Amino acid sequence: MKKLSFLTKAGIFLISLFFLAGLFAPILATHNPKATQISKRFDTPSTTHFLGQDKLGGDIYSKILYGARISLTVSIFSTLIALWIGLILGSTAGYFGGWWEELIMRIVDILLAFPGLLLIFALAAFLPPSIFNLIFIFSIVGWTGFARVSRAQVLVTKQKEYVLAARSLGARHITILCKHIWPNILAPLLIQASFAMGGIIIGESSLSFLGVGVPPDVPSWGNMLNMAKQSMFQPSFVAVFPGLAIMLSVMGFNFIGDGLRDMLDPTFREM
Amino acid sequence: MLYFTHVKSFVLRRLFLLVPILIGISIIVFSLMYFIPGDPVDIILGENALTQDKTFLRAMLHLDQSLPMQYVGFLKDLFQGNLLSIYSKENVWTEILNRFPATLELAIWAMAFAILCSIPLGILSAVKRGSFWDQSSMFISLLGISMPNFWLGPLLIILFAYKIPLFPVSDNEGFLSVILPAITLGTAMMALLSRLTRTSALEVLNEDYIRTARAKGVQEKWVLFKHVLRNALIPVITIAGIQTGALLSGAIITETVFDWPGIGTLLVESIQMRNYPMVQSCVLFIAITYVLINLATDLLYGWIDPRIRLQ
Repeated sequence: MKKLSFLTKAGIFLISLFFLAGLFAPILATHNPKATQISKRFDTPSTTHFLGQDKLGGDIYSKILYGARISLTVSIFSTLIALWIGLILGSTAGYFGGWWEELIMRIVDILLAFPGLLLIFALAAFLPPSIFNLIFIFSIVGWTGFARVSRAQVLVTKQKEYVLAARSLGARHITILCKHIWPNILAPLLIQASFAMGGIIIGESSLSFLGVGVPPDVPSWGNMLNMAKQSMFQPSFVAVFPGLAIMLSVMGFNFIGDGLRDMLDPTFREM
Repeated sequence: MLYFTHVKSFVLRRLFLLVPILIGISIIVFSLMYFIPGDPVDIILGENALTQDKTFLRAMLHLDQSLPMQYVGFLKDLFQGNLLSIYSKENVWTEILNRFPATLELAIWAMAFAILCSIPLGILSAVKRGSFWDQSSMFISLLGISMPNFWLGPLLIILFAYKIPLFPVSDNEGFLSVILPAITLGTAMMALLSRLTRTSALEVLNEDYIRTARAKGVQEKWVLFKHVLRNALIPVITIAGIQTGALLSGAIITETVFDWPGIGTLLVESIQMRNYPMVQSCVLFIAITYVLINLATDLLYGWIDPRIRLQ
């Protein structure tokens, strides 16, 4: 096995950091993330409030810790659900072909015809804001990428000798798919999952920033930036720290994705 | 002659493929209304609204009809230009077309910024591969990819409008006011395109015809201009086209950060006012613009690189 690159290690470090921050938020936080203290609004970073206080006097440091919970929960659960939907639909489409493949791939084409976050944003506009709904939205929009990769992989894998051998021995389709094909197409899906998690963190905080993400009273990174916008991003620390958290976590997932790609798929390695 | 039939059938095939996509998009946009929990009319007007108002709105949104007829009514309104905004008597398209030029302006400047920065950066990195230049420009692009618009925008405002007051914070005040939004919107694309230009230029630099050109004594700058740049740009153009879509949805966020009066802020305002027909129309408009840009990119690509047409 190849040694992990510096950036991959940095990615693992960053994600573990945010994961632990979210997990131990109640212990690490110095204040209640929902508490306000209007008299101390916009107070600069100090020894009691490490990263300063926001428009309502909320403690930015504690809010960022709790925000990690929201970001990671939404991105991990959405990615897992999207991965499963995409894997099942995409691999059966590639395996069975025919009208089923045609149907699935047309749906994928239509969903991918919406640019970037537009469809996610539109759905969030019509659904009431909640974490559950966010996971639902990211899952039903996000499976398309996984379906495409799964199908492409299955088209290649189903021609392999071991699949033909299993089939000639009379194995059932479901056995062939689950036991012989899936384990062999997992690598590219994991790479994609890692990038998807970073993308969903940006997506989730974009929605909250625009006011259609998690409910406004929930401490999340996007909501913090939304609040910062209300004071035109002044003073600067109300906008800088939550954004830094978003960027570092996205970078973390991207670095892990790059590392996985180098490790699992040498043909993709950048020159 | 054969050439022309090829081109024609290529264009026709692409146009034909659009039909199911457009129908699909319209169905999805139409069905957005069904994601509202409960009665849309109650949500829009509040439960205590007058019965006559509710009946009026219900009829206006075709919610008093059967499901297939609702869709037909939606399409009819769309094509006849009768789809009305809930809060004005204006046709939604009038308002959208009023706002669109601002978005277009922003997107064009963003794209100009992205392309003008990324191509020299990418080529430079490829030529001086492994150098300090290469590493720092790749580091910048790594930052650019991970940096969300709604953070880069505020950072630029804090730095270049408050700390060093070079640019206005918001509002349309001529050319100066477009610079920060355009950089915000264009950075992700710039980052992606410079990585892509680098990879693609590295590939071209290894080709035999580059070695031939150098061997026969062509000056290095002409090798770069005539051979490397031209061939390296082919994949860059496609991705630039696809990225224009990301630019459109990124514009929603960038416009909100800078209060830019484009279609993105229209969409966000309409959501806040629960002006659902307007939301649907904005989404439809952006999606169709994206599909048409992709079509144009496809055709352009087929024109630049004739090998594509044969596939």
